[in-house]
Amino acid sequence: MASETIIQSEDGVVRLHTPPELAKIPLVNHDRSFHWITENVSSICEEKTRKWWWLAFLFFCPIALLVPTLLSYQVANGVGVWGENAPFGWAWDITNFVFWIGIGHAGTLISAILFLTRQKWRTSINRSAEAMTLFAVMCAALYPGFHVGRFWKAWYLFPIPNWNGLWQNYRSPLLWDVFAVSTYFTVSVLFWYVGLIPDLAMMRDRAKSKIKQWAYGIFALGWRGGNRHWQHYEMAYLILAGLSTPLVLSVHSIVSFDFATSIVPGWHTTIFPPYFVAGAIFGGFAMVLTLMLPARLIYPQIDDMMTRNHVDKMAKIILLTGSIVGYAYLMELFVALVYAGNFYEYNAFYNRTTGWYSWHYIAMMTCNVVAPQIFWSKKMRHNYIVVFGICQLVNAGMWYERFVIIGTTLGQDFLPSSWGHYTPSWVEVLTFVGTFGFFVTAFLFFMRFLPMICAFEVKAVKPEADPHFHPQDDGHHAKPAEAAIH
Amino acid sequence: MSQTYKRLFALGAEFDSAASVYHAAEKVRDAGYTVWDAHSPFPVHGMDKAMGMKKSWLSAFVFVCGLTGFFTGLLLVTITSFGIYPTNVNGKPNDWAHGMLAIQFFFPVMYELTILFAAFGATFGMIIRNGLPRLHHPIFNWSRFAKVSDDKFFIVIEARDPQFSEARTKALLEEIGGKHVTNVYDLE
Repeated sequence: MASETIIQSEDGVVRLHTPPELAKIPLVNHDRSFHWITENVSSICEEKTRKWWWLAFLFFCPIALLVPTLLSYQVANGVGVWGENAPFGWAWDITNFVFWIGIGHAGTLISAILFLTRQKWRTSINRSAEAMTLFAVMCAALYPGFHVGRFWKAWYLFPIPNWNGLWQNYRSPLLWDVFAVSTYFTVSVLFWYVGLIPDLAMMRDRAKSKIKQWAYGIFALGWRGGNRHWQHYEMAYLILAGLSTPLVLSVHSIVSFDFATSIVPGWHTTIFPPYFVAGAIFGGFAMVLTLMLPARLIYPQIDDMMTRNHVDKMAKIILLTGSIVGYAYLMELFVALVYAGNFYEYNAFYNRTTGWYSWHYIAMMTCNVVAPQIFWSKKMRHNYIVVFGICQLVNAGMWYERFVIIGTTLGQDFLPSSWGHYTPSWVEVLTFVGTFGFFVTAFLFFMRFLPMICAFEVKAVKPEADPHFHPQDDGHHAKPAEAAIH
Repeated sequence: MSQTYKRLFALGAEFDSAASVYHAAEKVRDAGYTVWDAHSPFPVHGMDKAMGMKKSWLSAFVFVCGLTGFFTGLLLVTITSFGIYPTNVNGKPNDWAHGMLAIQFFFPVMYELTILFAAFGATFGMIIRNGLPRLHHPIFNWSRFAKVSDDKFFIVIEARDPQFSEARTKALLEEIGGKHVTNVYDLE
């Protein structure tokens, strides 16, 4: 009899005895109290603005201003100031659009899919990941809007009655994009805001100044934390998670339809939707860690909530999704070069791997498939410098992936007479740099004014949040077995 | 402040842990109170049962909103593409008689609108059902109550409960382990 695992105690309750190496890693280190969590989450926005914040703001805000400046220049001079010309109808703009929208997907994955699968470790990172989603989608939405050329007519994208009697072509994947991205942004805002309400109430209850009490109070909607509220709140949150999950999968599938429904070799493949979704989650997690690791460095007090274990799990997800993406790359090559026997498809992939843009392909393979394999090692997953470095490679690699898909395909398609090279113009390059400035500046504002960690959810995953927790007895280790027996 | 707080709104009691407020809620439920609530910094698992509450019907409302979104999408794409602005795309049928056979193209728009409407329903349904937003509530007159979003738990029994009696309710709240049992007053 395996007496190490199951013990029958005198009071007749079967207690599961967990060997130490299988013991659950606590989600909050050092057994911090509820009050400690409140203090350390809200102090980040309550304390005086620190020097690093101003320095970061002064660095990134001018970069962010490149976006309105260069977009004004583009609107004033026409879309020709971008380097696109036949055969490159699409180049950096759609690359950057897919890049940014993909980054957003990790936030929704953390907040929705990990919620539905009851991954409780998500609680300390979901708020900042969702904020990241919103800012990334804002950056993404710029590109299709301005790529239409006459920006002031971008409202034709939406089904608004107009005196020309024109309506949209609902058979076009580009219009599906309009619906998918605008729905995605709206639902992400709602989901993020619903998650914020109890923490806004926390900020309101702690606020000392009248302005803060009003500002947080209005957005907290008068939240009182009664169970008659929590009941509907939890239902609403569950439903929003349930809605966001198919939504996030559909958004990047629809983004991939932009390519997959065309007849261009290299784009016209059914592998695109799952491949794009996996890539989006892969790149998004790298961006979450890019923002989270410096935040942990600046605010060491959040270390007990965003633990080493969190970084470890996210590195594992990067490894998993990176390998899925790697499988998709190889499968694409296999289908095109060996299996399908289609000349143009063969040619597209031959040119993609050995043609003018082959160094992009090599960069993509190295950054996305080879680099994350280092995360098989636990030691490497626990080394923050390595994790941060790999995340930067993944960020770059995912950009290369989108350019490889778009650029190499358009550059060398059916007829050599219609082939062409592409070089981005300075306007395109600086606009893209500007979106990074906007992204970081927006995140700085978020960190400054809103609780970066979802305090009430972190409290709720602590063992003493369970109403059947009794500190005097064996504690929560005995509970699952008891629950299973009764 | 010059305002006078006179009318008794409720009796409140404070608790230190999720376990204690949970067991106290069971006793308040068994005593037959109906207009009361248990406040906590986070949703306490199983509290609905301890308070004798039924499942939230919000999901049914969201389902109706989702259906509305689906049919809005369906009407939007079909009326415009078959009725008022038929376009010929790749020779696909674009009239009412045959267009429905090629409905697959319209699926993404209907799908996204279903999700959009359902998400609005979930968010605003929750807010409206909870009687929010409101700028003030009498319970905020109780200064200790500010701890509800930090680490304290409260049971508040309102004076409009038919079972309510200032003396007996106070005795009950003290008996079930409530601390700082307080009369909470509203404006006259």
